[in-house]
Amino acid sequence: MTEEGAFRRNFEVLGEDFYNAGRVSTEIKEILQQVGVAATTVRRVAIAAYEAEMNVVMYARRGTVCLELTPELVHLLVRDEGPGIEDIELAMQEGYSTATERMREMGFGAGMGLPNIQKNSDRLVIHSTAGVGTEVEIEVRF
Amino acid sequence: MDQLPCGSAKKTMMKRESISIRIDTARCDGDMACMRVCPTEAIRVRGSKARIIESRCITCGECIRVCQTRAISAVTASFADVSRFDYVVALPSPVLYGQFGRGVTPDRILAALEKGGFDCACDLTLACEAVNAAIEQYVRRYRGPRPLISCFCPTAIRLIQVRYPELLEQVLPIESPKEFMAREIRKTKARELRLREDRIGIVYLTPCPAKMLDIVGHPSKEKSDIDGVIAISDIYRTVLSLLPISGRGEHGERTRMSGVGMSWAILGGQTTFLKPENCLAVDGLRNVVRILNDIEIGKLRDVDYVECHTCPDGCVSGSLLVENPYVARARILGILGQLGTKPCRSERERAELYESEDFVVERRLTAQLQGPLDLDVSRAIGKIRRLEEIRQSLPNINCGACGAPSCAAFAEDVVREEAQLSDCVLLALEQLRSGQTKVWDVPPAEGHSTPDEGKEP
Ligand SMILES: Nc1ncnc2c1ncn2[C@@H]1O[C@H](COP(=O)(O)OP(=O)(O)O)[C@@H](O)[C@H]1O
Ligand code: SF4
Ligand SMILES: [Mg+2]
Repeated sequence: MTEEGAFRRNFEVLGEDFYNAGRVSTEIKEILQQVGVAATTVRRVAIAAYEAEMNVVMYARRGTVCLELTPELVHLLVRDEGPGIEDIELAMQEGYSTATERMREMGFGAGMGLPNIQKNSDRLVIHSTAGVGTEVEIEVRF
Repeated sequence: MDQLPCGSAKKTMMKRESISIRIDTARCDGDMACMRVCPTEAIRVRGSKARIIESRCITCGECIRVCQTRAISAVTASFADVSRFDYVVALPSPVLYGQFGRGVTPDRILAALEKGGFDCACDLTLACEAVNAAIEQYVRRYRGPRPLISCFCPTAIRLIQVRYPELLEQVLPIESPKEFMAREIRKTKARELRLREDRIGIVYLTPCPAKMLDIVGHPSKEKSDIDGVIAISDIYRTVLSLLPISGRGEHGERTRMSGVGMSWAILGGQTTFLKPENCLAVDGLRNVVRILNDIEIGKLRDVDYVECHTCPDGCVSGSLLVENPYVARARILGILGQLGTKPCRSERERAELYESEDFVVERRLTAQLQGPLDLDVSRAIGKIRRLEEIRQSLPNINCGACGAPSCAAFAEDVVREEAQLSDCVLLALEQLRSGQTKVWDVPPAEGHSTPDEGKEP
């Protein structure tokens, strides 16, 4: 018998790796489906994870997504090495974006990422140090 | 005279099926081509026999295409007991018109079907155009989450059911042309011939096993209006041998067809009446998966409609067709050129048509997820941990010798207790080498079993 507890797994994300962008959230989604998490919850997590993953791809050099899954909740800790966010309150506003012209041409940079994470999670905490990196903590309860 | 298979009534009545692909184990020689090609990892080859995990199968037909021994086939819910009908109508998918030589007109093909035993062969392109109008009107009135996803490729729908259940509410609730036509023709013929409606049999000629399933396991209602399905590959030769010199026999009247409807045979046919910049037409399974991923994370909210075909370039490359899909496509384009693309109805007439007919169906599409690893969440989490451990202990070269298509799939099989860790040939070999298992401990070869450390469950 396996002991009770959480499932943990780390995923690497590379800055500017637009080709593989979205893979981590897809993998997380598959894990949740295997565990039998309700479809609506799976989608919330998939959206939140995707937006956090994309922010690493778009703005940071590299990062990790740490998934923690318990019978009650999904916890995602997304840490990156990058420019950091100077004004978190501003970044949280719908439509605010510093995406480059090139990113916008690729269809990113609507400024809805962080607001969408907020909308699809039960807890969102952002810590950031300018010039060092960003830590985004997301929790979705079942 | 040659007869179409409708005469040789196999006694398979149209019962509701969950998948429409079968493996004939006697014929199967254990080749793993099917297992490797399956996009949803639904096939296992154990004991030299392939087996389909039904809950994962999306009936795309890829396995049928690659099976050399022809052990895999579509369940032709063949036109059971044709004698129970007084009048039998053939409804060929319009892709049939692209299956023959250059000069072979749709008229001649329909005539051949009638020579072959159908009382009437009915063109579907007008119905396709009517459904185009319904799509136009529905999209225009729709206020729910976008994009709407087309519902006419049952493989794509099945994919949504097994992987993207949250998107089911975005699937277009419009009747397919074949169902729409079946309902119409039944009424018309019953009136015309003074027959009871249930004395009329309607048989669809299908390009793929998925459309077969669409009928035998009709997702949108209790019963389909179609009574039987035949694979185009099964009637191909007979039709070829019966092709008349010209049009429809003595009467020679030309069938009224629609170019707009004809374009359903290839990619983009459904979107004729939509704003091109607001819709996408996606073909090929992997591309459909990518688009569904994007829709799931909310990326395509500014798109109105996504037409999805899991076959490259649409139904023209269905797995139960005969002609090379590129050739078939060129033929379809030829027919399209002759028919022209002028719609039969003006925009106002299309809106009126939509108001007067029942195009909208109440679908009961349900999620078809493979069951979780365990019904109890805590235990499922324990199992996913174990799955991860196993995965890391495996060689991760996806050799397939264990009978699973990938090491990850194998790890899941082990956790689901459908395989044993010792089925991994490389792992077993490694243990032999490192002396963990002595050669004389290996049990005598029996079936496909490989050395195990003992301890049967
Ligand atoms: N990981 C990060 N590192 C640095 N800056 C970030 C990060 N995530 C978000 N930001 C900043 O916050 C802004 C808003 O982010 P978001 O809401 O995801 O919208 P978008 O990514 O479309 O710009 C971004 O434009 C960027 O300036
Ligand atoms: S694209 Fe057409 S032929 Fe291919 S599976 Fe879908 S419905 Fe069938
Ligand atoms: Mg973002």
